[in-house]
Amino acid sequence: MYTKKKVVAMLLAGGQGSRLYALTKNVAKPAVPYGGKYRLIDFPLSNCTNSGIDTVGVLTQYQPLVLNEYIGNGQPWDLDKMNGGVHVLPPYESQAGASWYEGTANAIYQNMDFIRRYDPEYVVVLGGDHIYKMDYSKMVDFHIANEADCTISVIDVPLAEASRFGIMICDENRKVVDFVEKPKEPKSTLASMGIYVFSWKKLEKYLIENEEDANAKRDRGESWSKDFGKDIITSMLRDEQRLFAYEFEGYWKDVGTLDSLWEANMDLLSPALPLDLHDKSWRIYSRSSYVPPQYVGNNAKIENSMIAEGSVIDGSVDFSVLFAGVTVEEDAVVNYSIVMPGAVIKSGAVVEYAIIGSDSVIESGAHIGKSPELVENKDDWGIAVVGHNVTVSGDKSVEPKQIIGENI
Amino acid sequence: MSVNYNVLGLVFASMHDSSVSELTEHRTMGSIPFGGRYRLIDFPLSNLVNSGVAAVGVITKANYGSLLDHLGSGRDWDLARKKGGLHLLPPYSQTGGIYKGRLDALANIWSFVEHSNAQYVILSNCDIVTTIDFNPVLEQHKNTGADITLIYGKGYYDEAKNTSTTILQFDEENYVKDVLVNPKIKGECNQWLEMLIISKELLKQIVFDSVSRNTFSLTKEILQNKECGYKIMGFEHKDLFMRIDSTEAYFAANKRLLDSETRRALFMPKTPVYTKVGDNAPVKYGLESNIKNSLIADGCIIEGTVENSILFRGVKVGKGTVIKDSVIMQGTTIGDNCRICEIITDKNVEIRSDKILNGSETYPVYIKKNGKI
Repeated sequence: MYTKKKVVAMLLAGGQGSRLYALTKNVAKPAVPYGGKYRLIDFPLSNCTNSGIDTVGVLTQYQPLVLNEYIGNGQPWDLDKMNGGVHVLPPYESQAGASWYEGTANAIYQNMDFIRRYDPEYVVVLGGDHIYKMDYSKMVDFHIANEADCTISVIDVPLAEASRFGIMICDENRKVVDFVEKPKEPKSTLASMGIYVFSWKKLEKYLIENEEDANAKRDRGESWSKDFGKDIITSMLRDEQRLFAYEFEGYWKDVGTLDSLWEANMDLLSPALPLDLHDKSWRIYSRSSYVPPQYVGNNAKIENSMIAEGSVIDGSVDFSVLFAGVTVEEDAVVNYSIVMPGAVIKSGAVVEYAIIGSDSVIESGAHIGKSPELVENKDDWGIAVVGHNVTVSGDKSVEPKQIIGENI
Repeated sequence: MSVNYNVLGLVFASMHDSSVSELTEHRTMGSIPFGGRYRLIDFPLSNLVNSGVAAVGVITKANYGSLLDHLGSGRDWDLARKKGGLHLLPPYSQTGGIYKGRLDALANIWSFVEHSNAQYVILSNCDIVTTIDFNPVLEQHKNTGADITLIYGKGYYDEAKNTSTTILQFDEENYVKDVLVNPKIKGECNQWLEMLIISKELLKQIVFDSVSRNTFSLTKEILQNKECGYKIMGFEHKDLFMRIDSTEAYFAANKRLLDSETRRALFMPKTPVYTKVGDNAPVKYGLESNIKNSLIADGCIIEGTVENSILFRGVKVGKGTVIKDSVIMQGTTIGDNCRICEIITDKNVEIRSDKILNGSETYPVYIKKNGKI
């Protein structure tokens, strides 16, 4: 027996996150660490719990080990439920054969039976690679009030950046009249956030149609795809379904690239940041590590930084985000950087404008990254990255934009 | 560590509450906050769990609201189990009122012990902070055929300072020769760490004997009573232990955590100390923060100077404020430009801007829960 749920959330977590290079070599993008003690997936999962959505399917595909282990039974997010809760849904083999998820829409299509068990009215489709706090229940209410078939959450972006996003063109009632993926000359600044509310019966119909349509194209040797933005939304618009844009106001950050991941972490150090992680009414939950509080030593110098438990700091840390169990030894320097769980910065090492992956070791004398002011040609500057479990020996330096995935 | 169903753990949450009466005014010994993110009961519970003990009973007495809140279902210690797990055993005495001693308490919860299939029982209090693996103790207990094995540590004892301390003397064969409670001596002594191993069968006999004789005290009636003729042996726990037997000792024990040797002895990577998860954000250090030799828990927001201090979860320190040599418990808010030295603030204290508070090492000023200054 399954109890009926008004809303079921489907979280697309199968992406490789190839633009994060060494940081997603062995982990799926939603499991990438962020903000000192979180992983990206903590944001949509915590938003679900705080919005009263207690049934979440997490669609995994790429490198799922760390992500599966992290989600576990969902207890840290209060999603260990008798009815509902969080379920990891990897691709599987059926009598019809086995297939990988062939796009975001296909991933949901392959798991329609999971959704049907709960007989929901609405399905919320989420991604796993954005930092934001959002009450999905308000978006569902908006969807209901507009008698919509699909509601897409949008954020107003500067016109100069609009061509990086999927842009919604709306009438005065926020009804979507057109959708253009990455337009060269944007006609609107309302960018899709990749968060959708669908009336389930409608979504079911379009998923099946798109699947059949795409398979037929494939059989004919034509190009095909099974994606939300490209296929489902476009078909619904073509059929003049009721699509609405729900405007989100607040902090929303895509962390799809190394630079944006670094920036999103640095944002946390800004006093003006509209993302309050200390807000008890909307906590971001995460799976905790059982480590003692952080110890700050006699030689430490810490300013404007965020540091998680279990760390031992005896060096200089400025404008940086340090995760659980990081060691910064005496006379080590960490500036404008992100240091992921368990990494060790040895005495005399310098880390600046860099991302250091989990459990990596930066030996004495090594120098990672460089201030943009010291780089003549600004195009040559970028974040220096050391991947997970990498040792950088003392005589080595890692230049801006360089990405190190193996010991050097 | 695999799971051992043959041993039952029993933790007394309220033993020696009165020795730290300020801190236990609204809570049990076991729920006293310690070390930035812990409560004292986290140590015995983690020791049992890390030793593979699958079932643990926590014997409560009075004031146990905060203890219940902390322990919940026992999930954070991995003790929310179908087989074994955490059991809270509230107090009542067959002789009326609250139990009078460990034996009385055990008699009242005996049906819980009786239901267990375990052959051995480990008893522990909450007023000793230490990390210990019970498996070698169990091995020794089995190999020597002792009736009772008392776990002790060598440490400096001074009757002028220490309370609720039991000193053990051994003969050449490591049998307990004498048991002294708060003797008028000082110097290095074998101190009982208020932990012991005994077979369930013998414990049952002792408990029911004592009920019929109307006696209550384990120390007085059994350990000190030579006529019992029990074969009582000692197991020396060679690692660090800290006894919380006064507010001063509590203050000193917290500050000893600033020493890396102490932290290494208590927080070993393979045997973590578990505690209730708080879901706090990482610590945020402001532009003018200045931190030296301090232990700081998640959820703190620090704009000022902190030296030689322990800050629990969610403490806020304003700009220009200087905190030295203090223990600041969870949720304390300190305004701007304060000077704070040798202070213990209990939970959720509020100190408004421009206040100056000074205690001393032997007499730290204690500000009680929810106090406003």
